[in-house]
Amino acid sequence: MKAAVITFPGSNCDRDLAVAFAAAGAEVCHVWHKDTDLPAHTDVVAIPGGFSFGDYLRCGAIAARAPIARAVTEFAGKGGHVLGICNGFQVLVEMGLLPGALLRNASLKYICRTVTLRVEATDSAFMRAYAQGSGIRVPIAHHDGNYVADPETLARLRGEGRVAFRYLDNPNGSVDDIAGILSANRRVLGMMPHPERALSALQGSADGKLLFGGLMGAFAPA
Amino acid sequence: MKLRVLVTLKSGVLDPQGEAIRHALGALGFDGVNGVRQGKMIELDLAEDDSARAEARAREMCEKLLANTVIESYRIEPA
Repeated sequence: MKAAVITFPGSNCDRDLAVAFAAAGAEVCHVWHKDTDLPAHTDVVAIPGGFSFGDYLRCGAIAARAPIARAVTEFAGKGGHVLGICNGFQVLVEMGLLPGALLRNASLKYICRTVTLRVEATDSAFMRAYAQGSGIRVPIAHHDGNYVADPETLARLRGEGRVAFRYLDNPNGSVDDIAGILSANRRVLGMMPHPERALSALQGSADGKLLFGGLMGAFAPA
Repeated sequence: MKLRVLVTLKSGVLDPQGEAIRHALGALGFDGVNGVRQGKMIELDLAEDDSARAEARAREMCEKLLANTVIESYRIEPA
């Protein structure tokens, strides 16, 4: 499996994400936001957390219009797998690859702590190693993770089983406790929590490892 | 010509910052503030003298970047 991790000015989880992919056995390429093409034979594009372009205008808005964004949209359009974590999730909704938007946390506070998520969908390459309904511990670190979507979009997400993770104890005001969602083809995952920061007991949890390991397994030669 | 773009959250979208401002106003003794909505103002200096064309250009900018029309609405006015 070849993973392309994109770096924008202000990204700060790009290296963590590369470590997580490499630990799962993936080949990792770093891609700069000004690049216009993804490396050949990329299997997964990963958009990291951080504060791309200083969160100016809206979180993820400027990154979503960076030169590399067109290549990512094309890649996703061809059925490629795309993972957006934290700021990466914000970038994906700004790109229109996932529905809805992420607003300022209801508490107006930046929240940095480990939370428990319930795994709501497992029929995706990202989720296949998790047990449906299981609880996993993953850190969050964001100011703008309050997911909103109009009622029709929400009904569609629920009806199509596209809510990937829900918070057990909603930290940010997200509608329906949503922490992560999948695209209709289940190949684009956006989530506010950081699985790449939960790779070993030393970090407080190793529950994020299954996401990268599962993904790796999905691309393993049969 | 100069144009001003006002971007605000759509009426159905909860504005936690606006709510915090409303509470702070209440704490300062300003009663009767039924609601506060916070937005942003963007001033554009365009190399275009025709106001209709300038506005059309600004509208395109709003749709493509300045506003997220999933959650925000915008208004364009002369600056």
